[in-house]
Amino acid sequence: MIAWIARLGRATLNGVEALGMAGIFLFQSALGFPNREGLRLWLRQMHFVGVMSLAIVLVSGLFIGMVLALQGYTILVDFGAEDALGQMVALSLLRELAPVVAALLFAGRAGSALTAEIGLMKATEQLSSMEMIGVDPLRRVVAPRLWAGFVSLPLLTIGFSVVGVWGGLLVGVEWLGVFEGSYWGNMQASVSFIDDVGNGLVKSLVFALVVTWIAVFQGYALIPTSEGISRATTRTVVYSSLAVLGLDFILTAVMFGDFV
Amino acid sequence: MKRSKFMELGVGLFMLAGFLGLVFLGLRVSGLSLEAPTGVFHLEANFANTGGLKPRSRVTMAGVTVGRVESIELDPEWYDARVMLSIDSGLEGKLPEDTTAAILTSGLLGEQYISLSVGGAPEMLSDGDRLRDTQSALVLEELIQQFISNAIED
Repeated sequence: MIAWIARLGRATLNGVEALGMAGIFLFQSALGFPNREGLRLWLRQMHFVGVMSLAIVLVSGLFIGMVLALQGYTILVDFGAEDALGQMVALSLLRELAPVVAALLFAGRAGSALTAEIGLMKATEQLSSMEMIGVDPLRRVVAPRLWAGFVSLPLLTIGFSVVGVWGGLLVGVEWLGVFEGSYWGNMQASVSFIDDVGNGLVKSLVFALVVTWIAVFQGYALIPTSEGISRATTRTVVYSSLAVLGLDFILTAVMFGDFV
Repeated sequence: MKRSKFMELGVGLFMLAGFLGLVFLGLRVSGLSLEAPTGVFHLEANFANTGGLKPRSRVTMAGVTVGRVESIELDPEWYDARVMLSIDSGLEGKLPEDTTAAILTSGLLGEQYISLSVGGAPEMLSDGDRLRDTQSALVLEELIQQFISNAIED
């Protein structure tokens, strides 16, 4: 019994310690951005994390917009309300699907790669060699990746929404024959720039921070063996996905739940 | 060196595409307009029942949007709803005093909006005036109730 309580205490302490370490880690890395050399490193990471993720995010956005329009049409047409298709597609994309799906794809595409890269650097003792020659690996390796993720996910989310709205137009208007004027008109009448586009962006900023933070921290703190790297990569994807979906509910409740 | 230029170009295009996307979301999807916001003037209207009218609902004339609902609050004096409308300033001094406001629904399931129709009075409305003649929102339950009580009487 006492041993069990002690184990519970140890688990709690370990959890709090890891959280604290991750917090200090985030703080120290985030500071390491502003100089010129940092900007060059950040650019390189933007290319890898942002530009290279563009294809998967845009293609997913296109298909999700198309599916939304198709599913929405079959339901709305029963009520003779297929004119509201644009509004449905745009609101579901801006408020929920674009931030969440882009973040999940980002965790799989970029987050896991960040963990594996930093983990391999640690396993091959590149990180400790950097420390030996007086280069702070937090500034040199972690900070540019953190900032690249933080900047690129919101941009990817915007791209996702834009392409999704266009996909909805393609299916709804071109294929199913919803009047184009009512597609755009209903959308513009119901979407508010601050409440919908803005809150969606805030969501994706939060997700960007969480996903890249988890990814780089898992890479930095892993056990430097091949098994450790594989475990940390898996953990990155699992933890980020759970964190994104859980936070999404909380953020939605705070942002859009004030109609009680 | 060549590779780095290529990369810079890629990242630059990526950032640019992101901002252009945001502009698209602003202008095309949420219908912000680039023109300087035209001035508005305010009118008040009291309705016995506003139904599903919300702030930001449209105010139309002959089907053309001419303004938005600013706020809806209970008027404690008469226990009805006081609705503040903001109308394009182009119409200031051009609406006759006996203009009527009606709450209508667009389509069967659409949102509710206010439709203004002009009267023939020589005096014109100006900022802060009140529309006297209003027509409340249709509430389906009341309609059905009336129909049933009529049917019983017959």
